[in-house]
Amino acid sequence: MSGILSGIRDDFPALAQKINGHPLVYFDNAATAQKPRPVLEAIQRYYEHDNANVHRGIHELSNRATAAYEGARERVAQFINAPSTKDIIFTRGTTEAINLVAATWGVANLQEGDVILLTELEHHSNLVPWQLLAQRTGAVLRFIPVTGDEGTLDLSDLDALFRDVKLLSITHISNALGTINPVAELCAKARAVDAVTLVDAAQSAGHLPLDVQAIGCDFLSFSGHKLCGPTGIGALYARAALQEAMPPYQGGGEMIAKVAFQSSEFHVPPHKFEAGTPNIAGAVGLHAALDYLDDIGRENIHAHDTELASYAKDRLAEFDGIRIFGPAGDRGGLVSFVFENVHALDLATMADQQGVAIRIGHHCTQPLHDKLGVPATARASFYFYNTRAEVDRFIEVLQKVMKLLS
Amino acid sequence: MSTAVHSIDELVDNFELLGDWESRFGYLIDLGKELPPMESADQCEANRVHGCQAQVWLKLVPEADGRITIIADSDAFIVKGLISVLLAVYSGKTAGEILATDGEAELARLDLASHLSPTRKNGLFAMVQRVRELAAGTEDMP
Repeated sequence: MSGILSGIRDDFPALAQKINGHPLVYFDNAATAQKPRPVLEAIQRYYEHDNANVHRGIHELSNRATAAYEGARERVAQFINAPSTKDIIFTRGTTEAINLVAATWGVANLQEGDVILLTELEHHSNLVPWQLLAQRTGAVLRFIPVTGDEGTLDLSDLDALFRDVKLLSITHISNALGTINPVAELCAKARAVDAVTLVDAAQSAGHLPLDVQAIGCDFLSFSGHKLCGPTGIGALYARAALQEAMPPYQGGGEMIAKVAFQSSEFHVPPHKFEAGTPNIAGAVGLHAALDYLDDIGRENIHAHDTELASYAKDRLAEFDGIRIFGPAGDRGGLVSFVFENVHALDLATMADQQGVAIRIGHHCTQPLHDKLGVPATARASFYFYNTRAEVDRFIEVLQKVMKLLS
Repeated sequence: MSTAVHSIDELVDNFELLGDWESRFGYLIDLGKELPPMESADQCEANRVHGCQAQVWLKLVPEADGRITIIADSDAFIVKGLISVLLAVYSGKTAGEILATDGEAELARLDLASHLSPTRKNGLFAMVQRVRELAAGTEDMP
């Protein structure tokens, strides 16, 4: 693997710094990824040369900005193998994408007693919007249970789980445990009962090859910043046929066809769902990030992430009194763990003193942590620029910190 | 020694002696380890201080002479160390003295603010806030 990725760290200025006098080991990639120079340069270039508002202008700069923005939409469609650019709505990220579906499709289609099926693994962003929708419509939430520390889904009674389900909304890869869910299988089951499906791909887009047609979902959401793009830009894949029947999300410029004082006609999808001046520079940066990832190859990234996570897991298992979470086999590029007598907060604070950045807490999956019976876990999450040597350094720091804390 | 409350001057001196932040965190951990544990019955929701990443429980015990003993605990050592700092600032004072103390200024003497993450800082100030609220409550009592 060092063959395909050698020299790649030089593309990331943020990785080259020292923290508290030690070389930075950045293991918080599930929260956000660092940005390579091509992404930074694309954003800089856009503002220096092409900056204008999109869609309405007659002048050259506006044409360029529009081409850049719509070009990014095309690139996103290709990245997830969407049938058409019309299927791609730009959002601020995964959270906004899910809220958009809840506020439009959800409000228009769900009624009292309808079941929204989630899993116990969901990030708050794929839970709270549905709680709000349930309060508004009288729909009820049901959860596919996880089996325990392994964090795999208990699918033993699918028929019961899918009874009266109108919407299935599930994470592709768990941000807390690294579980890779069988999304295609679950979407097929949902289709069989005429339920609509949403896949939260925040942790999988940019980490493994993604094909919405192969998954067979109606909606899929992801964030740019977790895959080396800028913050504040993400995308919602929404089958164009469904978009037609969805009411608008927010009102304003860009989303209208014709406006009178008392009422308006709306633009065609996906523009109907993009009110106001969009994040054009963000879309440009996202485009550059997707190009960057595909130069490396997402299957290579997945192989690398998994290998590193498995290595980290083996090294962590050397510690006494450690409890490691997540599936035994194939997993996303992260490992979560707790020590019996040491709080994750102490661990992360002292690791930071040594330049090692890890995340601790409930990782926005509080109900899951309640179920596992731990208030907080520590999580090391990896990306293609991380190395085995960094895992070794992380273990060495943990050994030192544990000595201090016990 | 395990029941001793340090003075804030003593803590400031030791911080200065230690120099680097890694040793200072080590010292906070040691302070945390020597903090007397709170009875488990007191580790209840009523005594919970929210706003910390770790669990924190805190209660005020008014003594016969009008002074207030602060009893607090956490499941994280560094937070227990911070509790020890909090005790150095506030414990053994009367309610009036607690309310007259500028806790943020006292804590600033340790320069902790620039070395604690913003969330941790919020947690520490949540504890300060709770101490002040509880102290104000005891003052209202007849």
